[in-house]
Amino acid sequence: MTQHVDLLIIGAGPAGMAAALAAAPSAISIAIIDDNPLPGGQIWRDGPQARLSASARQMRARLQRHGNIQLHSASKVVAFAGTKRLLLENAEEGWVLAYDKLIVCTGARELLLPFPGWSLPGVTGAGALQALIKGGLPVAGERIVIAGSGPLLLAAAATAKKNGAEVVRIAEQASLGDVARFGAGLWRWPNKMIQALDLASGVYRTSAHVLAASGVDRLEAVRVQLGDRVHEIACDRLACGFGLVPNVEIATALGCRIEHRAIFVDQWQASSVADHYAAGECSGFGGSELALVEGRIAGLAALGQRAQARKLWPERKHWQNFADRLNRAFALNPALKKLAKPDTLVCRCEDVPYAELANHSSWTAAKLNTRCGMGACQGRICATAGQTLLGWEPPQLRPPFSPARIATLACLDEDVA
Amino acid sequence: MPELSIDGQPFRFAQGTTVAAALMSSGDRCSRTSVSGQRRAPLCGMGICQECRVNIDGLRRLACQTICREGMQVQTRS
Ligand SMILES: Cc1cc2nc3c(=O)[nH]c(=O)nc-3n(C[C@H](O)[C@H](O)[C@H](O)COP(=O)(O)OP(=O)(O)OC[C@H]3O[C@@H](n4cnc5c(N)ncnc54)[C@H](O)[C@@H]3O)c2cc1C
Ligand code: FES
Repeated sequence: MTQHVDLLIIGAGPAGMAAALAAAPSAISIAIIDDNPLPGGQIWRDGPQARLSASARQMRARLQRHGNIQLHSASKVVAFAGTKRLLLENAEEGWVLAYDKLIVCTGARELLLPFPGWSLPGVTGAGALQALIKGGLPVAGERIVIAGSGPLLLAAAATAKKNGAEVVRIAEQASLGDVARFGAGLWRWPNKMIQALDLASGVYRTSAHVLAASGVDRLEAVRVQLGDRVHEIACDRLACGFGLVPNVEIATALGCRIEHRAIFVDQWQASSVADHYAAGECSGFGGSELALVEGRIAGLAALGQRAQARKLWPERKHWQNFADRLNRAFALNPALKKLAKPDTLVCRCEDVPYAELANHSSWTAAKLNTRCGMGACQGRICATAGQTLLGWEPPQLRPPFSPARIATLACLDEDVA
Repeated sequence: MPELSIDGQPFRFAQGTTVAAALMSSGDRCSRTSVSGQRRAPLCGMGICQECRVNIDGLRRLACQTICREGMQVQTRS
């Protein structure tokens, strides 16, 4: 089965939704594909323990009202099926979608770095714990340590507390000076961040980072470096994330230029490949407000409505300044590159320890000799860690971009025939 | 409350719960066994790490991107 749309958007987070809504009045045909069950991306998740904000609910409702927008949730990109054609898959079927213009709005993921014990059940990412709680994970009465870097630690702490957990420590690796300078600009950050900071203050420590997690079958305690002292903290969960990394894999495979680990875009949000645009966190971290305005600019620019798109530049600049400030404040302390011990697993899919990787000089050599990055996550966790720890350039992802069923791959042959 | 099965054990869930959240609150609270035999649980919560891949009604799915449905058969040890 092959479909054609004028505009395809990958990712239904704030950026992708805003792009679709900006383009919709033109009456062109638009498709959005997203791998989550519901639109909203990382920030707007509802579930048994979360309610969407009014503005997010409104955006969802507006998406539904436009007859020319088809939303394919729980669907993922599997492979290319020729120029401007993608092979997609959902739980039921695979199909080929052809497009004239594409906007990549694939967002960002958390940077997860290996440390001893990070593969124990009970250890998750920080934003990950927030997402899991919103999705119904009960945490009432649990003792939780939150560690890593950036405002996401506070957002995760706020969600955990709201659901009855005891947040016993928040360990932020950045220094007090850097966080304070960032805090001075916090008036621009959404209100809930300010509330989060409030509530966290008693347990929040700067220049603090995780050293190791321990336990028999699951997490029992965390060792944390607090300034020049080491503390052992008994806990039920550790939520640890070191900031965000743009999801650039599909854009890279499409030939888009990558700069500073993000998709390079010009002022129209156009990538280096004609007719291919990018918006939101995949083109650089900046929070949901920046993602929204970038999405609108990309949607308008893709239609050629440059005058309208240009009117949004000042708003983008405002949020970009904020993002630059954030990125400076939470730059990673090099000590974090030394957390993994020789026997710490770096590749969790193939269970490859740090010592086996560090013997090699590049990602490719390590991959060929150890199978690291050859498992189900295709290096999204370990190659990203390798880039941070060892300075290795990550490999270009080859299709299939995510594990796919044989029947889906067979669509490629049908499509050519 | 609707119910599904995790490794043969019944589990009741609130509407809208993800399979990952269900797995993390029942049984050994894990989602898979690694190549060297370690039990693992969901890590990223957002479809990246694949630690939550399970068998649901015969298909390999990511638990963190799947919503619980009445009668689902979830296997973490296949
Ligand atoms: C775990 C996590 C929690 C966060 N929590 C907050 C918070 O509480 N407050 C806050 O201000 N900011 C938060 N952020 C930052 C947040 O990413 C941005 O504020 C905002 O969501 C960015 O919007 P976006 O549209 O660029 O990307 P996203 O919201 O990340 O949306 C991208 C969407 O594309 C989908 N996608 C990616 N690749 C593919 C593919 N190949 N095929 C199909 N679909 C794909 C993703 O699943 C996702 O639904 C969080 C980030 C993360 C990673
Ligand atoms: S928890 Fe990482 S993919 Fe589901």
